[in-house]
Amino acid sequence: MTTAQTVLAAGGAVSTGEAVTFWILAPLALLGAIGMVWARNAVHSALWLVLTMLCLGVFYVLQAGPFIGMVQIIVYTGAIMMLFLFVLMLVGRDSSDSLIETLRGQRVAAVALGLGFAALIGTGLFRALEGTSAVGLDAANANGNVQGIAKLLFTKYVFAFEVTSALLITAAVGAMVLAHVERRKGERLSQVEQMKARFAPGNYPGPKPGPGVFATSSSVATPGRLPDGTLTDGVHSQILPTRELTSSEAAPKGTEK
Amino acid sequence: MTFLAQSPTLQDFGHDVWWLVLLKVVGVFAMLLLLTLFTINYERKVVARMAQRPGPNQVGPNGWLQSLTDGLKLPFKEEIIPLTADKVVYFLAPVISAVCAFTAFSVIPFGPMVSIFGERTPLQLTDTSVAVLLVLACGGMAIYGIVLAGWASGSTYPLLGGLRSSAQMISYEVAMGLSFVAVFMTAGTMSTSEIVRAQANGNPVNLLGLEFTAPGWYAVLLLPSFIIYAISAVGETNRAPFDLPEAESELVGGFHTEYSSFKFAMFFLAEYINMITVSAVCTTLFLGGWRAPWPISAINDGMFNQGWWPMLWFFAKVLVLLFGFIWLRATLPRLRYDQFMRFGWKVLIPVNLVWILALAGIKTLQNKATDDGTRYTIIGALILAVLLITLLWPSRTPAPAPNLEEQLARRPKGSYPVPPLDLQVPPSPRTRRDVAERQPAMAGGGAATDETGPANSDEKEV
Repeated sequence: MTTAQTVLAAGGAVSTGEAVTFWILAPLALLGAIGMVWARNAVHSALWLVLTMLCLGVFYVLQAGPFIGMVQIIVYTGAIMMLFLFVLMLVGRDSSDSLIETLRGQRVAAVALGLGFAALIGTGLFRALEGTSAVGLDAANANGNVQGIAKLLFTKYVFAFEVTSALLITAAVGAMVLAHVERRKGERLSQVEQMKARFAPGNYPGPKPGPGVFATSSSVATPGRLPDGTLTDGVHSQILPTRELTSSEAAPKGTEK
Repeated sequence: MTFLAQSPTLQDFGHDVWWLVLLKVVGVFAMLLLLTLFTINYERKVVARMAQRPGPNQVGPNGWLQSLTDGLKLPFKEEIIPLTADKVVYFLAPVISAVCAFTAFSVIPFGPMVSIFGERTPLQLTDTSVAVLLVLACGGMAIYGIVLAGWASGSTYPLLGGLRSSAQMISYEVAMGLSFVAVFMTAGTMSTSEIVRAQANGNPVNLLGLEFTAPGWYAVLLLPSFIIYAISAVGETNRAPFDLPEAESELVGGFHTEYSSFKFAMFFLAEYINMITVSAVCTTLFLGGWRAPWPISAINDGMFNQGWWPMLWFFAKVLVLLFGFIWLRATLPRLRYDQFMRFGWKVLIPVNLVWILALAGIKTLQNKATDDGTRYTIIGALILAVLLITLLWPSRTPAPAPNLEEQLARRPKGSYPVPPLDLQVPPSPRTRRDVAERQPAMAGGGAATDETGPANSDEKEV
C-alpha cells in the first residue's frame, strides 16, 4: 500500500472513480519515475518525468486540491520541464549516457540504497499515519479551494511567500548577471561610427571581389570572361551607351607587365 | 430576472447520466472537426477576397467542400519518416498537439441549461472551479507537441522552429495568464460558466452623483486585459504576424517540415482548433460568452438568452474573432524574432502588471466603506501626482545636430572623397553618339541649367 492511498483511505471512503483513476495513474507515475532513470537519452528521460508530473497533477485534483493540481501541470510540466527540454535539445541528439561505470558497483549500490530508502519512507509514513483520519478538508475548502489558498497565502504565510519570491528573483537576477556580458558605452560601435570608420583614411570602402572572381580589375574596360577563359559579350547592360574610344584611348597604357 | 435562473452554476455539473456525457463529448469532437473544416475554407476565402481573388470555388457549392476533400486526401498521401527521426517521439508529437487542442474545449460553455432528451443539463461538457486554468494547462502541454516534433525530426529547420516556438509560447503564456488575472479579480471565480454569468448584467455605477449602468462585458470593463489577451492569443497560436516557429521564408515549414500525411494533418488540425479555442475563450471571458449582445438580449424579457438560441450568439462571436485572426494574417508582415520577444517581455507583461495593480486599487476603493469625500481625495491626489511627475520630469535637450558642411569640415585629411553638394555630372567626352543630345544629369534630380558650368564642382570639393 502506497502512501497516497493511505492518505486517501484515511480521508474516509474512497469513491469508485477515485480508486479507478488512482489504480490507472499510480502505475503510470511509477513507470515514469523508473523510465526517467532508465532512459539513456536525456530527452526521453525528461519525457518520462513529464509523465510522472502529469500523474501527480491529477492526484492533487483527486484529493480535492484542483488549484494545486492545475498549477502543478502549468508551472512544473508546462514551464519548468519545458525549459529543461530546451537546454537538452541544444545539447544534441546523440549525447546518450555512456554505460561505462566509473565507480565499480555504483549502480548496484544505488539501486539497493534507493530501494532501502523508499522502504524506510514508506513504512515510516505507513506506521505514522495508520489509523489517523484526515480532518479539516471541508473546513479548508469551505469558501472554495482557490479562495482558501489565496487567504492563507496573503494573510498567514504572506511573509514566507514574499521571501520565496525574493529568493527566486535573486536567483534569476544572479543568473542574468553571470551570463550577461555588459558592453560599455563606446565598446560596441554604433551604425554611424561604423560608417565613419568605413570611410576613414586607409580603408577601402568598396566591396572586395567575391570568391572565385579572378579579374584584376572591376573596370568595365576589362573584358568579361567565361569560366573557361574565353571572352564573352553580354556582361554589360544593354542600356549602357556604347563607348567609342579613340585610337589613343584604346591603345595599351603601358601598365601591363 | 427570469433568464438568470437558466444560467448554470458549478452545482449543475457532474450529475449527467453516462450517455449524456458521451453525447456531449462526441458532440464537441464533431463540432470541432466541422468548425476546423469550415475555418480553413473561411480563411482561404477571406484572404482571397482581401487579395482580390475568388478563392476556392470549384469543389462543392461555392467551393465550401474544398477543405473536406483536402482533408480526405491528406491521410492517403505517402508517409515519409526521416532516417534520423526518433521514431517514438516523432509519432507522439502530433498526438500530443491534437489531444491538447481537443481537451481545452471541454470547459467552454456554449449555452445555458437546456433539455436534451428530457434531461436538464448545461450546454457545456464540464466545468470545474479552476476551468480557465485547465485551458492554460492544455496550452502549456501543447507546446510539447511542437517542441518534440522539432526535436524528433532530426533535422535542423524543425529543431530551430521547435526552439523558437518553446521560447515564444512560454513568453506569451505569461502575458496571457496575467490578462486572465483581471477577469478573475472582477468575476471572483475561475469557472467558465460563472464568468459568463458574472457578465450577464451591467453593474450600476455612481460617479459624481450620476447613476448609470456600466456594461457587463469584460472586453469593455477590462479593456487593457482584453487587448493584451488578443495580442498574446495570436502569439500563442503561432499565427501571423507572430508565426515565427513556422516562418516559411526562414525555416521552410518550421517544426513540421519533416512531417507528412496523417501526422501533418494532425498538426494542421491542432493549429486550427487552437485558433478556435482561443477565440472561444476570448468570447467566454471577455465578450459575455453565449449571451446575446445588448439590443437582442433585451427583446421579450431575454427570450434569446434561453434554450438553444445562445449557441448562435456564441458561434457568431467566435466567427467574428476568427475573422480578426484571418484579417491579421492577410494584412501584417511577420515580426523579427527579437522585436517579437522584446514586445512580449518588455511591453505586454509590465503593462499588464501595472494594470492589475491599478485594478486592485480601484477594487479596494470600491470595496472599503470609504465615504465619497475620501475616495475623491485619493483619486485627486493620484491624478495630481501623475500630473506633477509628467510636468517635472527632466527632459533631455538633444545637442543640435551639425549640418552637412560642418560634418564635412570635420573629416580628417585624406578621407575618402565625397562629391560636392551641387554636383553636375557632365557627359563623358567619350560617349558621343547617344549621350550628347541628353540633358546632363544633376545631383538632386533636376536638369542642369546653362548658367552653372561644370567648372563649379572643383571649388566645393572636400
